[in-house]
Amino acid sequence: MSASAVPARTRMPGPQRFREMSNTVGWGVVAWVLGIAFFLPVLWMVITAFKPESAAETWPPRFTFSPTLAEFRLVFSGWGPYVTHSAIATIGSTILVLLLGVPAAYALSVHPVKRWRDGLFFFISTKMLPIVAAIGPLYVIALKAHLLDSIWLLIILYTAMNLPLAIWMIRSFMLEVPGEMLEAARLDGAGRFREITEVIMPVVSPGLVSTALICVIFAWNELFLALNLTVTNAATMPMYLISSVPQEGLYIAHLSAAATVASVPVIIVGWIAQRSLVRGLSMGAIK
Amino acid sequence: MAEVRYVQATRVYAKDAPPAVDALDLDIKDGEFMVLVGPSGSGKTTALRMLAGLEPLDGGCIEIGEKDVTWVQPKDRDIAMVFQNYALYPSKTVAENMGFALKMQHVPKDERTRRVLQAAKLLDLDEKLLDRKPKALSGGQRQRVAMGRAIVREPRVFLMDEPLSNLDAKLRVQTRSQIAELQRRLGITTVYVTHDQVEAMTMGHRVAVLSGGKLQQCDTPRQLYDNPVNQFVAGFIGSPAMNLQTAPLTDGGARLAGTVIPLPTAVRTAASQAGLRELVIGIRPEHLHLADGTGEIKGEVMLVEELGADALLHVRLAESGNQVVARTEGRKPPAPGQDVTFRVQPDDIFAFDPATGARIGS
Repeated sequence: MSASAVPARTRMPGPQRFREMSNTVGWGVVAWVLGIAFFLPVLWMVITAFKPESAAETWPPRFTFSPTLAEFRLVFSGWGPYVTHSAIATIGSTILVLLLGVPAAYALSVHPVKRWRDGLFFFISTKMLPIVAAIGPLYVIALKAHLLDSIWLLIILYTAMNLPLAIWMIRSFMLEVPGEMLEAARLDGAGRFREITEVIMPVVSPGLVSTALICVIFAWNELFLALNLTVTNAATMPMYLISSVPQEGLYIAHLSAAATVASVPVIIVGWIAQRSLVRGLSMGAIK
Repeated sequence: MAEVRYVQATRVYAKDAPPAVDALDLDIKDGEFMVLVGPSGSGKTTALRMLAGLEPLDGGCIEIGEKDVTWVQPKDRDIAMVFQNYALYPSKTVAENMGFALKMQHVPKDERTRRVLQAAKLLDLDEKLLDRKPKALSGGQRQRVAMGRAIVREPRVFLMDEPLSNLDAKLRVQTRSQIAELQRRLGITTVYVTHDQVEAMTMGHRVAVLSGGKLQQCDTPRQLYDNPVNQFVAGFIGSPAMNLQTAPLTDGGARLAGTVIPLPTAVRTAASQAGLRELVIGIRPEHLHLADGTGEIKGEVMLVEELGADALLHVRLAESGNQVVARTEGRKPPAPGQDVTFRVQPDDIFAFDPATGARIGS
C-alpha cells in the first residue's frame, strides 16, 4: 500500500478497515499459493537433480539424502552436440526473425501498405493451424529439399514459427513511436532506411529485446518439429532430455539434472533482460 | 530566404466533411513573421502542415520562393519545423539532434559541429548541455533545442506549430520575445501557428485569423484590433474579448441598456440599406469609460477582477441583463453590487450584421 493511502485508512470505521485488510491479505495468500504451486515442480526437479538415482525414485519422497553431482557430470559428458544445435537454431532463427520482423512491422504500422489489415490477420492465422496438421507436408518438403536432420531446416522453421508473433509485437511497439518524431525525421531528410535505423529502432529497442527473448524461449524449448525432422545432426536440447530416458533402469535423477541444465540458459537470458522485458511487454499499456 | 504563397490551397479530410482548409489565399513576404491564429479546428495547423509537405493538397497550390512545391517532398522544400511537443530524438544527444538534418545532407562533421555550436550560442544554450540526452533537459531547454534543430539547417522558411504551448506562463512570455527577436536577427521567413491571440499580436508582423478552415482577415496586429472585418475577428482578437451585444435599431442609434447609443451616419445608412432591424454592437472593454452617474449605459457591478495596473469590471447591464466587461483604472474600482454608468465615444463602437457577422459601415 502506498503512503498516500494511510490517512484515508485511519479515517475508516472499524469494520470497513477490517474488510479492506482481510481483502488485501486474502489476495496476498492467493498470490503466494499460486506462486508456490507453479514453483514447486521446478524446486522438486532441482532437488532431484542432486539426488543419487536410487534416492530419487523412493516413495514417499525422501528429503534427507547426500547430494551428488554425479548426474550433472553425466549430463555434461553427453550434451555437447545437442546444446550446440539448440544454440545455433535458437540464435540463428531469432536473428532472422528480427531482420524480417522489423521491416514487416514497419510496413504494417508506420507506413501501412495497402490491405495491411489482411496481411496482419494472415500472419496470425498461420498460428491457428495445429502444427501436427502441417508436419506431413513439412516432412515431404524437407525430404525433397534434402534438409532433413539439418540445422538449416530448424532455423527456417523456427523463424517461420516465431515470425507472426514477433511482427505483431514489434508492430505494437512501433505504433507507440510519436508521429511528430517521424515527421521531424521526414523533414530532416531521413529516408526509409535511416528512419528505421536512426529514429524508430532506438525508441523500440526495449520492445525488440523482449520480442527476441520470447523468440529465444520458444525456439529453445521447441520439441515437436525437432523430434520429427531431426535425428542426430540437428538434434536439440529437448531431444537430449528425451534421449536421457532409457529403455530400462532408473532415470528420474538424470532426467532432472538434464532438465535443470536445459532451463538454465532461458533463466539467465530472462534475468538479464528482466527490466527491458517488463518495459517492453507493458509498452503499449501505459500512456 | 523566400516568400511563401498559398493559392486556393484546400485540404479535405473526409468526403462529406467540410474542408479543413478551404481555398486559402495567403501571401507571405520574404523575411516576414506571419502568425496563423484561430480556435481549435480552424485549420491553422493543417495549413502549416500543408506548407511543410506533411499534408497533401486536395486543391490549389503552394509556392515557396516563386516555385510550386505542392508535390515536392518535405525534405526538398528547404524548410525547418518546430513541433508542439518538440519531437526530439530521445536516443540522440542534443548535438546529434541539432545536427541530424545536416548529417542526412552529408555535411562534413567539423562543419556540422561548427554550425551546432553557432546555433547553441545564438540560443544561449550551454555547451555542457550538448552532450546530454533530451530526457535530462528541462522543458525550456528542450524547446530551445527544438529551435536549434531548425536554425542549424539555415532554411528558407521556419515553420512553428505552437512551440510555446508546453512552457509555463512566465517562460512562455520570455521565450515569446526571444523567438521574435531571433527571427528579426536571422530575417528568415517564418510561419507561426498559435491559438493564443496574445502570442499572435505580440509576435507577428502580420496575423492571419482563421476560422472553420477559412481565412477571415490577414493584417497587422494594429489593423486587426482597430479594424476587424467581421464579428469573429472582433471577438477573437483582444483580451478580454470585445463586448458584443445584440441591440434593436431605433431612430439615430441602437437601444442598449435603457438608452439609445448614437451610431455614426455610415453605420445607420448601411443598416437601413440592408433592411436590418437590429445590429450586433461591439465595444472593447477599455472603451467603456466609467462616468460618475452621468453616463448613458447603466448597469450593476457583479464581479471585480483586479489586475494591478487596471481592473476588470463584470457588469450586468440594465434592461437586458446581459454581462459586459469594462476595463478601468486599478485604483479604487467600484465594489460588487454598486450601480455604475458608462460613457462610450461613437467612434469606438463597432457594428456587425447579426446574420452574416460582417462589419457594417466601416
